[in-house]
Amino acid sequence: MTATAARPTATPVTSHSSFGGLLRSEWTKLRSVRSTGWSLGLLALLYPSFTALLVGLTVANWEQTDPSDLALVVSDPTAVILGSGFLISQPAICVLGVMVIASEYSTGMIRASLLAKPRRIPMLAAKGVMLSLVVLAVSLVAAFVSFFIGAAMLSDKVEASLGDPGALRAVIGTALYLAMLSLFSLAIGAIVRRTAAGITSVIMFVLVLAPLVQLLPGKFGEYTHAYLPTEAGILIGQATQHEGDLLTPWQGFGVFGLWTAALLALAAFLLKHRDA
Amino acid sequence: MIEAKNLTKRYGDKIAVKDLSFTVEPGKVTGFLGPNGAGKSTTMRLLLGLDHPNHGDATIDGRRYRDLATPFTVVGALLEAKAVHPGRTAYNHLLCLAQTQGIGKKRVSEVLDLVGLREVAHKRAGGFSLGMGQRLGLAAALLGDPAVLVLDEPVNGLDPEGILWVRTFMRQLAAEGRTVFVSSHLMNEMAVTADHLIIIGRGSLIVDCPTQEFIDRGTKQTVLVRSPHADELAEAIVRAGGTVSRTDDGELSVEDLDTARIGEIASAGGHVLHEVVPQRGTLEEAFMALTRDSVEYVGSGSTHDAGARKSGGDAQ
Repeated sequence: MTATAARPTATPVTSHSSFGGLLRSEWTKLRSVRSTGWSLGLLALLYPSFTALLVGLTVANWEQTDPSDLALVVSDPTAVILGSGFLISQPAICVLGVMVIASEYSTGMIRASLLAKPRRIPMLAAKGVMLSLVVLAVSLVAAFVSFFIGAAMLSDKVEASLGDPGALRAVIGTALYLAMLSLFSLAIGAIVRRTAAGITSVIMFVLVLAPLVQLLPGKFGEYTHAYLPTEAGILIGQATQHEGDLLTPWQGFGVFGLWTAALLALAAFLLKHRDA
Repeated sequence: MIEAKNLTKRYGDKIAVKDLSFTVEPGKVTGFLGPNGAGKSTTMRLLLGLDHPNHGDATIDGRRYRDLATPFTVVGALLEAKAVHPGRTAYNHLLCLAQTQGIGKKRVSEVLDLVGLREVAHKRAGGFSLGMGQRLGLAAALLGDPAVLVLDEPVNGLDPEGILWVRTFMRQLAAEGRTVFVSSHLMNEMAVTADHLIIIGRGSLIVDCPTQEFIDRGTKQTVLVRSPHADELAEAIVRAGGTVSRTDDGELSVEDLDTARIGEIASAGGHVLHEVVPQRGTLEEAFMALTRDSVEYVGSGSTHDAGARKSGGDAQ
């Protein structure tokens, strides 16, 4: 552990400021901690596994299933395939999105990050770009793999292919939804600045509160539910419009995008003005 | 060069830094001293743009920290609290910081060598000892080969060898013409490291002077005199130009006269002397007396106890 105090520099240090540099930095941060691998690994593993499990159960119980339920499966096999593993993979993305920023606060790393980029907001922007790109890439693989596994397992009972109306959009849309969800979680993490609180609030909202709003009575419940970020956003992952959907898939995704943009704007404002 | 102008920072209704102004010159190690809680870390956070001042401004070579495009090439900072993700290796920690300003991988390896962390470069920082953590912090501060260094308690938690290493390192950086601004709550450490001292208490400036001047001033020689004729002797000493104060034991503590002169005065007046002992106060005592006074000045009603520093607002 001894070090002779040599001259600090042998050669002059060159430097330049660029957004590309910030992106490279965020990539290094992402790939060099275990939580990233765990979250994305779980997503890549659980999504296809649960697709296989639940589609397998559907096929196994085919004869005993209620005819009206079977009609649903036959009319929209993509929903069965993509929907099965989807629920289980969402929390992994919520955790990753919150952790990416909140762990910087819990470990003190945020101070080093802000010393490197005292203007602050470009750091958050680079984090968002890198996170969403990585999540999008992994989710695309997971969604396509799941689709092909599910379609193959269902092939005896019902034909499902990417050529079905809306099927390709639904597969890609599921990945887009997960990428947007990572940004949504990042924004919450940046606002809350605490890992446990951030993760709990995002997961509670996405998995419990938002779906529960459906139960609110009348038009009020219907509209509120339709415009909630994740409930609107997930429309893009459905191949077919359901009876009574207030928004089209892309409209829904747009609503999710607006919510996320608003939260990110709030996160950026707070990042800029709060003491680190 | 670092310039702080009228820096003021409040957290809630507690004032951490109050109208603080000072200049830190290049080519020297400037020690930033104060008891724990005096506002040193806050001041450094204000300098580095981590916290926003309520009033005033801090500039580094004439520019505010947040206006620096590639700050690492201008200022290197070591913060007191750990600023490292424990799950990341030392190398990756430095790499992700270097990449933000286009500093190459070669430089990352260079600074790891420089602080002696080459062998543990690919170990997770969470397993580092306090000393290794400080070295990693220093490596980060040196990434951009900056002309200004801001180091918050760099010897905290280091073993004697580590302390010596940091001290030598800082002296060398200053000798190269760099501005080295280093905080500490240990007077004796700063006495041997710093060329210049800035001392604060309760967020306000107390002393801004060369270290040698502070040492000369702070360790004024006094002579302890014990005599059965203390009262008469005290009068004689005062007439001769000395300053006398009485200790609790009835001894005389004399300033401005040396032992020889006191002996002559006693002899001339026929006063019996039992003891004449020259005494030199320690620097640590001078520092504590100084900061204790500043504390009393702000928060009246506290006693002389070492633990008398209370949080603000309890008296007035």
